[in-house]
Amino acid sequence: MQSLREMLRFLLYRIGLLVPTFIGVTIAAFGFIRILPGDPVLLMAGERGVSPERYDELMRQFGYDRPLWEQYFDFLGGIATGDLGNSLVTKKPVFDEFFTLFPATLELSICAIIFAMLLGIPAGVLAATRRGSWLDQTVMGTALVGYSMPIFWWGLLLIILFSGILQWTPVSGRVSLLYFFPPVTGFMLIDSLLSGQKGAFTSAVSHLILPTIVLGTIPLAVIARQTRSAMLEVLGEDYVRTARAKGLAPVRVIGLHALRNALIPVITTIGLQVGVLLGGAILTETIFSWPGIGKWMVDSIFRRDYPAVQGGLLMIAVVVMLVNLIVDLLYGLINPKIRY
Amino acid sequence: MADTSTTAAAKPIDPRLAVLREFWFYFSENRGAVIGMWVFLFVVAIAVFADVIAPHGAIDQYRDALLKPPFWQEGADPRFLLGTDAVGRDMLSRLIYGSRFSLFVGCIVVSGALVVGVIVGLVAGYAGGRVDALIMRVMDIILAFPSLLLALALVAVLGPSLINAMIAIAIVQQPHYVRLTRAAVLSEKTKDYVVAARVAGARPLRLMFVTILPNCLSPLIVQAALSFSTAILDAAALGFLGMGAQPPTPEWGTMLAEAREFILRAWWVVTFPGVAILVTVLAINLMGDGLRDALDPKLKRS
Amino acid sequence: MKRYSFAAALLAATMLGGVANAKTLVYCSEGSPEGFDPAPYTSGTTFDASAKPIYSQLVEFERGTTNVIPGLAESWDVSDDGLEYTFKLRPGVKFHTTDFFTPTRDFNADDVLFTFERQLKKDHPWNEYTAGISWEYFNAMSMPDLIKEIVKVDDMTVKFVLTRPEAPMVANLAMDFASVMSKEYADKLEADGKMDMLNQQPVGTGPFQFVAYQKDAVIRYKANPDYWDGKQPIDDLVFAITTDASVRQQKLMAGECHVAPYPNPADLEALKAASNLQVMEQEGLNVGYLAYNTQMAPFDNPKVRKALNMAINKQAILDAVFQGAGQAAKNPIPPTMWSYNNAVEDDPYDPEAAKKMLEEAGVADLSMKVWAMPVQRPYNPNARRMAELIQEDFSKVGVTVEIVSYEWGEYLERSKATDRDGAVLLGWTGDNGDPDNFLAVLLGCDGVGGANRAQWCHKPFDDMIQKAKVISDQAERTKLYEEAQMVFKEQAPWATIAHSVVFMPMSTKVTGYKMDPLGSHRFDGVDLAE
Repeated sequence: MQSLREMLRFLLYRIGLLVPTFIGVTIAAFGFIRILPGDPVLLMAGERGVSPERYDELMRQFGYDRPLWEQYFDFLGGIATGDLGNSLVTKKPVFDEFFTLFPATLELSICAIIFAMLLGIPAGVLAATRRGSWLDQTVMGTALVGYSMPIFWWGLLLIILFSGILQWTPVSGRVSLLYFFPPVTGFMLIDSLLSGQKGAFTSAVSHLILPTIVLGTIPLAVIARQTRSAMLEVLGEDYVRTARAKGLAPVRVIGLHALRNALIPVITTIGLQVGVLLGGAILTETIFSWPGIGKWMVDSIFRRDYPAVQGGLLMIAVVVMLVNLIVDLLYGLINPKIRY
Repeated sequence: MADTSTTAAAKPIDPRLAVLREFWFYFSENRGAVIGMWVFLFVVAIAVFADVIAPHGAIDQYRDALLKPPFWQEGADPRFLLGTDAVGRDMLSRLIYGSRFSLFVGCIVVSGALVVGVIVGLVAGYAGGRVDALIMRVMDIILAFPSLLLALALVAVLGPSLINAMIAIAIVQQPHYVRLTRAAVLSEKTKDYVVAARVAGARPLRLMFVTILPNCLSPLIVQAALSFSTAILDAAALGFLGMGAQPPTPEWGTMLAEAREFILRAWWVVTFPGVAILVTVLAINLMGDGLRDALDPKLKRS
Repeated sequence: MKRYSFAAALLAATMLGGVANAKTLVYCSEGSPEGFDPAPYTSGTTFDASAKPIYSQLVEFERGTTNVIPGLAESWDVSDDGLEYTFKLRPGVKFHTTDFFTPTRDFNADDVLFTFERQLKKDHPWNEYTAGISWEYFNAMSMPDLIKEIVKVDDMTVKFVLTRPEAPMVANLAMDFASVMSKEYADKLEADGKMDMLNQQPVGTGPFQFVAYQKDAVIRYKANPDYWDGKQPIDDLVFAITTDASVRQQKLMAGECHVAPYPNPADLEALKAASNLQVMEQEGLNVGYLAYNTQMAPFDNPKVRKALNMAINKQAILDAVFQGAGQAAKNPIPPTMWSYNNAVEDDPYDPEAAKKMLEEAGVADLSMKVWAMPVQRPYNPNARRMAELIQEDFSKVGVTVEIVSYEWGEYLERSKATDRDGAVLLGWTGDNGDPDNFLAVLLGCDGVGGANRAQWCHKPFDDMIQKAKVISDQAERTKLYEEAQMVFKEQAPWATIAHSVVFMPMSTKVTGYKMDPLGSHRFDGVDLAE
């Protein structure tokens, strides 16, 4: 914190870097869908087909007959006014669609990260303090299995086991259909509490369990491994050795001194998992019929819903960029060794 | 991010054999890595000798044996050790041939991403200035999208096939190599031996490839092992979403996608391809850990 | 053995609680509706969630059949020249009263005019009420060419004037795009400047009224207390959107839903065996076929086409692709359709004879392409697998097959080309139960370069179906269509492969459900036993 001005300069520099990236992202998001083979009109018509005249008329109606650069500037203009166009399928504004579905993905991602941290950090610490023991080897072995897991397959296995054979958890969805309350925050856990309906919250929790485990598996493995190696590094440093030599209780040494320092790289790792999470959300949401943006993006790509794909890609990229920026800044804040 | 700079500059004076011996010493200390290596070699052997080992052809259909269970279950057909799929193809043979595709994906993706990534990274790091800024911004753009989503969008553009899936995955993995190489180049550039070479009149190309590159190999090798396994997983995920290898190709992810409808009725068609992916990826990751320890004891990142 | 889960216990507890009196039927639907105004859309998923529960049409399909019965029109007359259709409207029909709209008047001719004119007239204020909306089904059924004008004779009488006689017209008006909207509601939305809500908060006269929709998750309806055909036995209808077939089956078995469509054929045995489930089945109103390009040698020779048809082992396809959820097709129309000619004999599976016939036709070392669709359709659950089987079959008669595929939109477009290389796997699902909807659309000369993927224009056949189109006597039409099917088989422009059999697993508690031959899912008249 030696100088606030330096901080500020770094912040401005980082945001400045984001501007060209952002423009690049808009070009990428816009460009992708344009060069997709096939087009939405034909897809909409299906086996019934559409006459060439009608086809031209529809293309005109959607504005796809105009020069690309004109369409692109329209898109940019739309972004400035918060208008990403209307979905070709639902005819609703893409912006609204995104924000209706985003809380579901966010809720799932947050739960997955919390799950990964709650298990991953203690596991990593435990492994580090018992380095080389069978416990260490088991924990790290398991973590590596988790890290190597094809999660789409893992999800199917869990459904067969816990929902199919054991019938412990519901198969899919966000809350039992018996409960009906209007979305206030879009977060089912909060909404179910706000609704005041008995059992709604537990139902929401039980629906979250399997998707959370599936989405949290890889972050869990990464966090456990990262915590372990960070802990090992810290445990080897002088001040910890000194603390130990001074006869401080091991729990105190590990808890207070070592863990606090080891957590810095771990937190960075967690921040960097956001891209992994959003990618994993595509698979997890597909498997669990979870109404989030991952599934929405896949559907939109398959349906050639141009506005939805370009709008969705853009919004997701913005989320990733923002999170990365925050992580960078946080890292600078908590780690005084970093110089801007 | 900065800790890649301090690679233990494997003393270039050492005879190669000694380097290898030293490497093996550290590598074999990690028991998991050795197991991983054996499993990996086993998978490679299976892939190479698939024609000899596989009891049946990968796409041969036995119409009289649809969805037969593996040998230990009732109703099994002794011809098919691990059972058959919905059109009567031998699961075991398909899994054996499938290993070829997974390894192929891994090799192509890694070599593609590595070669291009290293060149771009070298250029960015060595040239600096505007070229560097431009390259890094492009990499930022790629990194701004979740990799699987980007790969999915790319494959949608290119058309679903295994080759296109590999191209997409290679593009998505590119930035990691570029960043690593660039960081290494930046830290090596000012070191004495490079300065000395430059003063001695070495050409930029020679400087980049012959002088600098060999000294930042370790992190690249570790990254390669990592992306080998990621490539297999991503290709399988794309196959699972119907955007990777197309049937009847016995690619494991595609097999899973095809088999998904039998999840309740025929567990083996769902389970085995998943196990195959998991085991292969796990073996490679184990090896990767060993490589990392052996190449650079200080580089303990996950 | 079966453990009571946390969720199930909870469910039971709540059932016993305050909600117990309301009968709620949960339907695990296969996808999200695109919107709630059916007319701009063409997918069954959207109609199941909009046209069927929320709206009524002038005439309707009787549940479980393709018979047309009175709906919002009590009766109708057709003029002698077949050009004027006059409908007498049903008096006293009420639109839904919901949170967002309270009707002040009953249904009348203005609503009918509004419903059709917004689709017909380009300058109608509701012609493009949301950006990008268009009337695809209305257009696909050639309504703009067919309808000259719609006249309001009086408040309770409406007359459709056509440009040419068209026998299937009444059946067309029973289709989903003809769902009658409330003009009063539309006027209110227009006045409020919220026109796009018509597609999001629907108001109709149907058996159920809309309550709420949570995107990609749940749609809720409740029974319309004032439904013109009486209030429904169930009180609430819930659509739980579950896109994955395996997950749907799991939910059904776990009791999380009462009805779930489109089971995996592979799961059928397990579903049938489950004691809490019943499985209904019916032939779908569809046909899956392989269309040769009859304008390209050697496929311009009927003998070659016939020989290839004989090389295809349909039974193997039924087993491996349909998993038993299909039946071999011999005619281009499905057996549930009137005028289906059962006297037609199918080409036998006989590779030896086929080989000989090919030799006789002077065809040797033939290599061809077979196009496999990239998507799953009711008439073909796995085109890729089907193509692989055909590839094997053809190799046995010395024909080498290369399988090609394109992205779906592109596939449909490219396969229309008259100079297309190869035979195309495709199919058709009926719109209105009229044979004209199959035979004229898919095999008529007009369709060459379009929906007629065989590029097949055979004069005697075309004459028959054109004649059948304009006469309104059904017996006479039947005779013509039966004859046309004979000609079709002889000429073999397609290999007719299969009609799907549609299965509908549901809880044993569900009573009164009837499967719709047109493939929709309707919950009027359905009840839940205690």
